Amino acid sequence: MATTTPTKTQNLVGRRVRRQEDPRLITGTATYVEDIKMPGMLYAVIVRSPHAAARIRGLDTAAAAQAPGVQAVFTGVDVEGVGPVPCAAALPGLRVPKHTILASHRVYYVGHPVVVVVATDRYLARDAAERIEIDYDPLPAVSDPEKALAPGAPPVHPEWPDNVAFTSHTEGGDLKQAFATADLIVKQRILSQRLIPMAMETRGVVAEWRAGEKHLTIYSSTQIPHLMRTQVALMLGIPENHLRVVAPEVGGGFGSKLNVYAEEALMGFIAMRVNKPIKWIESRRENFQVTIHGRGHVDYAELSAKKDGTITGLKIKIIQDQGAYHQLLGPLMPALSVLMMPGIYNFHNVEADIVGVFTNAAPTDAYRGAGRPEATHVIERMVDILAAELKMDPAEIRLKNFPSSDAFPFKTATGLFYDSGNYAAPLRRAMDLLDYSSAREEQREARSQGRYLGIGVSTYGEICAFGPSPATPAGGWESATVRIEPTGRVTILTGASPHGQGQETSFAQLAADALGVGLDDVVVLHGDTSVVQYGIGTFGSRATAVGGTAVYLALQDLRVKCLRYAAHLLGVQPEQVDFEGGVFSSSRIANNISIKEVAQEAHVCRNLPPGLEPGLVATRFFEPANFAFPFGAHLAMVEVDQDTGETKILRYIAVDDCGKVINPLLVDGQVHGGVAQGLGQAMLEEAVYDDYGQLVTGELMSYAIPKAQHVPEIECERTETPSPVNPLGVKGVGEAGTIGCSPALVNAVVDALSPLGIRHVDMPMTPQKVWRLMSERKPA
Amino acid sequence: MEKAIRVNVNGRTIEAKVEPRLLLVHFLREVAGFTGTHIGCETSVCGACTVLLEGRAVKSCTLFAVQADGRKVETVEGLAHNGQLHAVQEGFWNEHGLQCGFCTPGMIMTVCQLLSDNPDPTREQIRHGLEGNLCRCTGYVHIVNAVRAAAKMLAART
Repeated sequence: MATTTPTKTQNLVGRRVRRQEDPRLITGTATYVEDIKMPGMLYAVIVRSPHAAARIRGLDTAAAAQAPGVQAVFTGVDVEGVGPVPCAAALPGLRVPKHTILASHRVYYVGHPVVVVVATDRYLARDAAERIEIDYDPLPAVSDPEKALAPGAPPVHPEWPDNVAFTSHTEGGDLKQAFATADLIVKQRILSQRLIPMAMETRGVVAEWRAGEKHLTIYSSTQIPHLMRTQVALMLGIPENHLRVVAPEVGGGFGSKLNVYAEEALMGFIAMRVNKPIKWIESRRENFQVTIHGRGHVDYAELSAKKDGTITGLKIKIIQDQGAYHQLLGPLMPALSVLMMPGIYNFHNVEADIVGVFTNAAPTDAYRGAGRPEATHVIERMVDILAAELKMDPAEIRLKNFPSSDAFPFKTATGLFYDSGNYAAPLRRAMDLLDYSSAREEQREARSQGRYLGIGVSTYGEICAFGPSPATPAGGWESATVRIEPTGRVTILTGASPHGQGQETSFAQLAADALGVGLDDVVVLHGDTSVVQYGIGTFGSRATAVGGTAVYLALQDLRVKCLRYAAHLLGVQPEQVDFEGGVFSSSRIANNISIKEVAQEAHVCRNLPPGLEPGLVATRFFEPANFAFPFGAHLAMVEVDQDTGETKILRYIAVDDCGKVINPLLVDGQVHGGVAQGLGQAMLEEAVYDDYGQLVTGELMSYAIPKAQHVPEIECERTETPSPVNPLGVKGVGEAGTIGCSPALVNAVVDALSPLGIRHVDMPMTPQKVWRLMSERKPA
Repeated sequence: MEKAIRVNVNGRTIEAKVEPRLLLVHFLREVAGFTGTHIGCETSVCGACTVLLEGRAVKSCTLFAVQADGRKVETVEGLAHNGQLHAVQEGFWNEHGLQCGFCTPGMIMTVCQLLSDNPDPTREQIRHGLEGNLCRCTGYVHIVNAVRAAAKMLAART
């Protein structure tokens, strides 16, 4: 077997290459779900519950069925044969309510789907939907997780009157001993409020049934086309290979499209019934009401330490709001928080309890960070509270508690092995960038003038690149097929499903370096189950670390095969062949042969080398042995206006370590976007339900996501500690910014307000909330 | 009930009979066939549906098609000429001013107006000018870079 001694490559990896996917996006010629048009296509509108809890006494669809343009009306009874919306979490004792795709006797949250109207035109469908009469008998509702646990609370699901969806207990080390021998224990209740993911493109589904072929195609704005195909085929009771799922251009996901939703099976079912293509596009209001929400934590934390600032133990109780149903991974979210509860600190005594709670509200599930922002927020707040108690500098107490850089793989109290790390490096770099001691001096000066200046430190670690299959519900590997076509063009089929992250570019960079072809010679295909081999999808900062590695391995296989082919054609031994710039040559002969010529030969096969098969296709599946654990330090400098409670972010510094970087431009973009979403949680966003279970923040007019003026200039740098988990050395960066950001901002504001004796502020830190806190504490 | 309208979209005259309630964005997407303009919120908050009506940025999800009768509309599809991208499109591409791309057409149209009003905006003025357009992916930093880059390109081209 020939070896592939590395030759001089073009080294596109590591360069700020602008994206291959952009031309279609900046010219308005990309195809999102709503852009799909088919002859005879019908439009579906879903009639949803206006009540958070109610019995359905009666349904009258007759007037709607006779309305102009209406082709069909479906109710819960009509879809009884369709399987429930799946939950893949297998926790011991998990209570799983039957989540039918349409409600039939009772509704459990505002937005619960009840009736579907199908018409020839979206306007006519909406007109007809208004003629649906549903007789509801409203019931008491509860949408706050702590109120739901209180005695006498209305039961969300009557079969489980305590509203407990699940509980779990985790222990590591000896917390009792740590607490008994601690010099101090600090305690705090910390909220990670319910958030709305708000991808710019709402969800949408187009379904097309070909009766003759018994073949269903579902186009859906999803992050997981393959997993969705398996699940929806099961729900509909059709063979999986009679269902094709296509994720066309997807306008953002952030976890909200890492799911299998009722509407995907529903539209498939309706297409098969009406025998015409059908389109459903979620309205923004529906998106707010029924697409998963994130977070929803009430956390009670206790951190123990020695007088010198050495952290010894953490106890946490998590009350997590599951909403009315479990979606695909919902119950696993707080479990992820528990895994990461120790942060990046060197202590080994932990105890955690989770209570998952049913409420009359939209289901919660993975939203950017998915359990890790909650965990990081708790530990980073607690470390700051401890530092304040001990009158230590928050950076100093962190540096004191990091494991040393030679302690990796670092075994945590929750049983993880952090793959590689040098936690002090990004913090020291961030402090240099801020000029930390001068900033503290400036703060002292400001305080002497009665101004509220604060510096927030956040050092995070995260678990990503999901992950080893035994630790995931549906396989943690990823797949890639690489083909060199007869003309020498390269086609990459990835099982990942990028939707803005830019892997059409970064994977092409890998191919260009491995095969000596140009970026424009490479096409990356994804998101179509009839085109791409089975894959897992894009979420959990995994697409490059796991999916990119599969691509890399397939590229290496092809490179070896091409080299053997070239050696045969050149008449030399494989080990005598060099490969540079797409050309195979040998010092022994004058001839050379390009990879394009090899590609042609490998397909016409006039001179097939002995022992080699025709064709240039390689498929690889990469199963990672561990997760990857990126880390970093975010520093924020803020000033709080005492008259308005407004926080102005003066500096924001992000020094992240996501291992090796393939395209720094894309990594910067991921950090910026992540920080903006962390900022949204810290400063602006909160999904609010009232006591009747009505979603008060049901539109963009009442739910504030960051605008351009809210996000500061983000000063971005990196340290680089390669991951040993994959040959690329990459870790993942999709969620890092979100995880690092919220504690940096909250710690900064609390630091600013500390002269008033304030030691904690819950998110979102709206001006009104901060102003009120300041007014209460201000000396008269 | 239907009304005959004539709208100039990207230099092409589109004649159609439409219901008075037909939204301009649906007219552009489904009657005129320009699907580059997206619908993000239906309440004029997000700006994904921004187009130029007689040269001014408007949100096409809260205008009726009949309000564009006899007028000129430009969408993102009308910006490039003979295969040459508009400077704003170039700027977004070069500076990685987009990720999922859904907000991008509306964002680009808003920037076109912003730069025609103020050919050399500061970063702060750009952020202010973009307050009617939401992006959930980029954190806006690269969008601001893109607008600055486009301003420089436009200045060099004139």
